[in-house]
Amino acid sequence: MQSLVAEKKVGKQSVPLEKTVSLVSAATVAGPKESLGPLSTFFDHRCENTILDEKSFERAERFMLEEACHLALVKAGLSSSDMDYFIAGDILNQIISASFCARELSIPFLGIYGACSTLAEGISLGAMLVQSGFATNILVATSSHNCSAERQYRYPTEYGYQRPEYAQWTVTGAGALVLGQGGTGPQLESVTIGKVVDGGIKDPFNLGVAMAPAAADTIYNHLTDLGREPSYYDLILTGDLGEVGQKLNKDILACKGFNIEPNYADCGTLIYYPHQKTGAGGSGCACSALAFLSLFYKKMMDRELHKILFVATGALHSPTTYLQKETIPAIAHAVSLEI
Amino acid sequence: MGQAILNVFTVLGIPEKEAGNPTVVTVIFIAAILTGLGVFDDIARVAGAGIIVPVTGFANSVTSMAIEYRREGLVLGTGAKMFALAGSVIVFGVMTAFIVGIISALL
Repeated sequence: MQSLVAEKKVGKQSVPLEKTVSLVSAATVAGPKESLGPLSTFFDHRCENTILDEKSFERAERFMLEEACHLALVKAGLSSSDMDYFIAGDILNQIISASFCARELSIPFLGIYGACSTLAEGISLGAMLVQSGFATNILVATSSHNCSAERQYRYPTEYGYQRPEYAQWTVTGAGALVLGQGGTGPQLESVTIGKVVDGGIKDPFNLGVAMAPAAADTIYNHLTDLGREPSYYDLILTGDLGEVGQKLNKDILACKGFNIEPNYADCGTLIYYPHQKTGAGGSGCACSALAFLSLFYKKMMDRELHKILFVATGALHSPTTYLQKETIPAIAHAVSLEI
Repeated sequence: MGQAILNVFTVLGIPEKEAGNPTVVTVIFIAAILTGLGVFDDIARVAGAGIIVPVTGFANSVTSMAIEYRREGLVLGTGAKMFALAGSVIVFGVMTAFIVGIISALL
């Protein structure tokens, strides 16, 4: 009888890969506010407004996601029929952006929900599928839209209220990438699947702080599972902790004996200028997707960065749970890339 | 701002005691128009409680919900959701008025 031990797993949560799976291509579609931000020049497609001549914000978000998928396929020189799976998710109820986009693509579809950690979750699942020979090419995508998210999670877009300084701004945009065997892009070196961690935060405006313990837990477990120091990486990049959350993440890891300060960045703090009045930075599925798949993907392709640990974080609450006074559970998945 | 409008109505010949009603109507109208134009939320971010707490905030909460849910149809969208935010103001407003009414009747 065969051994029941998962031979390819290391430690409690990590899976080292054989560096045969690569990010063949990456594409980003950014909303208007993001297109005025610091990363503007790195985006593939910049939208001029949030509604895009569509009937609703939900349809506009779907359009962005479809556009990102189309661009990623074009860049890879492949068509949708070359894709074995389409793995996607978003933060709208019943992940409608992803599944309605899948309706157009007609690729076997795996819909996932990891809130803002969706991109890292998709890359992790895709990498394991390709590595184990169940697929050759996989399309991974995610999106979020400020207006569709605001109406679902908070208030109508035209409702006047004062946001707290530590609140984050949901990023409008979409990102897509093609995972494939071989290729010259950044290779998947290992993945660490996160546990759900609850820091006891109840305030739905304070998501950075709610997600920081999950990010720290995943980074800690990734480093200990693989026996590494933070300095192994050129950059440790978290998804959308924002100004407040990223400080907490650094502090928690420092208490556990890992100093990530010298090579740490957070996508949420990079996507807007301070004068854009977004509070503590960006959030949403598209936050990590827009930053990672534009600027950092390019830096890897230009060989400026060789080893990145990408940790996307997600808050797993819903409008119902916070009204019922539940705390906010959070998750983070880590993906290690090398070139 | 309300005072300025009230003064205009008094100049137009409405007695000061009765000028309050058209003033409130005008302020609600302006708030609704500003919401429709998409600038009310920007003003509220700067002006804060000065514009959110008075009747302008109430008008904004109704209008913004009406606009937001227009895409779900007139009956199940706008009609059903219009007072979702403002409804509690009405419920607790009526309740408070009722309790205060009983107290004043007993005194």
